[in-house]
Amino acid sequence: MALDDRKDTDFKFVGTRPDRPDGHDKVTGKARFGADAHAPGMLHGAIVRSPHAHARILRIDTTKAEALDGVKAVVTRADFAHGLSGEFGFVLENVMAGDKALYDGHAVAAIAASSALIARDAAKLVKVDYEILPHVTDVDAAMAESAPILNSSYADASVPEGLHPNVVRYHESGHGDVDAGFAKADLIIEDSFKTEATHQGYIEPHACLATLGSDGKGELWCTTQGHWIAQKTCAALVGIDTSQLRVTASEIGGGFGGKTTVFVEPVALALSRKANRPVKIVMNRSEVFRATGPTSSTSMDVKIGMTKDGTITAAQGTFRLQGGAFPGAPMEFSAMCAFAPYALDNVQQIGYDVISNRPKQAAYRAPGAPMASFAVESVIDELCKKLGLDPIEVRLKNASREGTKASYGPRFQRIGLVETLEAAKSHPHYSAPLKPGQGRGVSCGFWFNHGGETSVSLALSEDGTCQISVGTPDIGGSRASMALMAAEVLGIDYENFRVTVADTATLGYNDVSHGSRVTYASGLATIKAAKDAVNKLCKRAAAKWGIPEDAVYWEDGCAKPSGANAGNFDPIPLAEITKNMGSTGGPISGHFEATPEGAGVSFGTHIVDAEVDPETGKTAVVRYTVIQDAGKAIHPTYVEGQFQGGAAQGIGWALNEEYIYGEDGRLQNSIFLDYRVPVASDLPMIDTVIVEVPNPGHPYGVRGVGETGIVPPLAAIANAVSAAAGVRLRHLPMSPPRILRALKAQTRED
Amino acid sequence: MKNTHVTTTINGDPVEYLCDTRETMLDVLRDRLNLTGAKEGCGTGDCGACSITVDDRLVCSCLMLGVEAEGKKITTVEGMAEGENLHPLQKKFIEYAALQCGICTPGILVAAKSLLEKNPNPTEEEVRFWLAGNLCRCTGYDKIIRAVMDTAADMRGAS
Amino acid sequence: MKIEVHLWSGLRTLTDGLEKVEVEASNTGELLDALAKDYPALVPVIEAGVSIAIDGRIIATGLMEPLRPDQEIYLMQRLKGG
Repeated sequence: MALDDRKDTDFKFVGTRPDRPDGHDKVTGKARFGADAHAPGMLHGAIVRSPHAHARILRIDTTKAEALDGVKAVVTRADFAHGLSGEFGFVLENVMAGDKALYDGHAVAAIAASSALIARDAAKLVKVDYEILPHVTDVDAAMAESAPILNSSYADASVPEGLHPNVVRYHESGHGDVDAGFAKADLIIEDSFKTEATHQGYIEPHACLATLGSDGKGELWCTTQGHWIAQKTCAALVGIDTSQLRVTASEIGGGFGGKTTVFVEPVALALSRKANRPVKIVMNRSEVFRATGPTSSTSMDVKIGMTKDGTITAAQGTFRLQGGAFPGAPMEFSAMCAFAPYALDNVQQIGYDVISNRPKQAAYRAPGAPMASFAVESVIDELCKKLGLDPIEVRLKNASREGTKASYGPRFQRIGLVETLEAAKSHPHYSAPLKPGQGRGVSCGFWFNHGGETSVSLALSEDGTCQISVGTPDIGGSRASMALMAAEVLGIDYENFRVTVADTATLGYNDVSHGSRVTYASGLATIKAAKDAVNKLCKRAAAKWGIPEDAVYWEDGCAKPSGANAGNFDPIPLAEITKNMGSTGGPISGHFEATPEGAGVSFGTHIVDAEVDPETGKTAVVRYTVIQDAGKAIHPTYVEGQFQGGAAQGIGWALNEEYIYGEDGRLQNSIFLDYRVPVASDLPMIDTVIVEVPNPGHPYGVRGVGETGIVPPLAAIANAVSAAAGVRLRHLPMSPPRILRALKAQTRED
Repeated sequence: MKNTHVTTTINGDPVEYLCDTRETMLDVLRDRLNLTGAKEGCGTGDCGACSITVDDRLVCSCLMLGVEAEGKKITTVEGMAEGENLHPLQKKFIEYAALQCGICTPGILVAAKSLLEKNPNPTEEEVRFWLAGNLCRCTGYDKIIRAVMDTAADMRGAS
Repeated sequence: MKIEVHLWSGLRTLTDGLEKVEVEASNTGELLDALAKDYPALVPVIEAGVSIAIDGRIIATGLMEPLRPDQEIYLMQRLKGG
């Protein structure tokens, strides 16, 4: 892609911190989220869910439910499309069970009724006969020979022979000769680690309002990270043409990867078709926990060899991820990200995707990477301790740089890992004294980032203001970033822009707001669309002046003749051109549709101080610093926000959050009281340092910043806690009981 | 099912409604009165997204029944601004980017306003503990705490 | 022209033990077609989604990216995010 409008310095708008355009609506309660929609004649939906972890569905009797006054429709699997395969097949199986319920909370039927209370009452009247089957929820247990088989047809050709059918995909990559590398090491540490499943924990439950007629035309309003994927998936699941379903994305109350797929949306559409009325479904929190995507839980082995001077000679990792009842656990990303921060001659990484009787995992911020990073960076920390080396110096010594052959294969382009490590080393946090009982941990982290299909449209108004339509739901202030980048190109003030997240009927296809892609890809598209409009503006000025188009250029919001040869004309401001654009050639708009392929990978380094109470095992995070390469921060305040949010979620994952399953295979902590995410009194202020090493694949150098921030915290905190407690913690979360057990075990060893 | 008639005051306006005795105050606000500013994040009083005040006391509206509003004085986020003028907390939240997705924001604003009415000069620790019942998953709370502290300082300076 | 493609080592069992193969291609789409033709066992892998790194630039999905024999080409698993 030509980067003719590339710019690294002298920004006028980019890098400033204006108020976000949607701020007013969001502080006054006016912003409309998923559950805030109503429609005339609307029904309310409720879903009947399996109480069993693994059971054959013998019979579903809906007679009593249908007899209840106010019940207008009941659907089961028979009411959805037949014969779907691949990911659509898995998603359908997940949103409505077929022959078997595969986890506690798996949907088996749904009701639409005239009120939410009646729908809920009716759901209780649906009688399902189950044949209970043996279940498994732990990743290691699911791989064991004796494990119950969930589905014997899921394993693909990559899986080596002799493994349990629950192992459905396999990844192996690396280079060099790890055995020869280990032979050169002065010290080798090999250790095993586990992490429990966590949930993205967005505060807004899944919600939608659907209308579908027997004519195959539908409307869907839903909270989603990507309404085009929702459109495509829902259309397939209810058996209609994609273009006949218009999807509007509501404001989104958090997603973090968990809203990149559909759950209640196809069900509401199927109910609506049957009842011939609009149907709204809103999940309750327990449904969110039981039936929507948590992360994978993991079991990992990591072996690293190091010389006395801190050079890593070889590294090897095995990453086993259970991803619920369907293939898709992001084990290849665990494997590929695990050692990416380091320049290694000898490296090997192996991943196993394992199915178990849990909900289908969904992406969660840098899916797969945080867990792998926890295992790898814990071993590096232990090596540094044993060899008496400074953890940042060792990381600097081995750091990946431009041209380094990455652990996952290709060579890195321009990257900023070393810059984050240097910033960490010189940050006052790193040299601040620790109090007794406190420990300090550091960790690096890596994430790929993503481009994806992107369409942006930009329309100028007669008064010289500008409307931008983007297709990526705004999950954290991206409207502001789009307006800043467009202002930079058009040379008019930020306040002149209105940015709208357009529906699927208004704009071409857009990939989901995921992969840290929005500021990168929608930003690039906005710049290109604005540039397209600028070219048209210049053309109008050229026509007015009677000079060639290429003799006009755009600067400071005005068309100007390019030098004396072009002629001596006064610059024409944008609003002068748009004022009568209808009669000088028609409305002026800019467009851009493409799949940008230069996302640019990203690295971060975190420093954390933790204090462990040996009596209770409770950990307090007392100081936290995030240092990350943003390429170029378009709106630095929202970049800081991404850093802080990633760190906070990482703190929750490291210390508190976990899915707890009972012997019966049922989730035991499906409300926020028992699944405890960090609250305000748990956290310190989170300091941030934005490093800017421009991404060559974006006109202004942007790298995505949303995901990398959750990669280092697990290890950084584990290293800090291990230092504070004097014992290595190998199992996340490091909840008080686990820390106490580790302290006790150590006392016994002593 | 027979509904109950309730007479109450919401954001200064006299309001009457009928509701099922099982409906929560949050259900009534959102589904019967179209006041969708208060959000349901959990339904169990853990997340605070549905925070309102009842006779000046901070309450999770998902833990209160609609019929309990009889004769009470309710305020919600919709009643925070005065006419076209935003409350200082609302302004500061925008200025400080103390929101990312914005779903927890109405509840946090209502809770923070209630704090500042009781304690115009809170310490950081007091703000953190007061807001411990309001979950935010996006921000890590940093900018929220700063926005509340700075609003408090501004309001003290102004009075 | 002949393009050398590095595969991830987990694919060895599908390519008769090779981790590096040569195929005839002038862009990324042709490269995937050629891999599928020469190594039919790779078809499900390619259909499941792959990305291609060209001198370190990761092409997530693009089939029209031109290739030259002097470039370092890696087949990777398709990238996605949260």
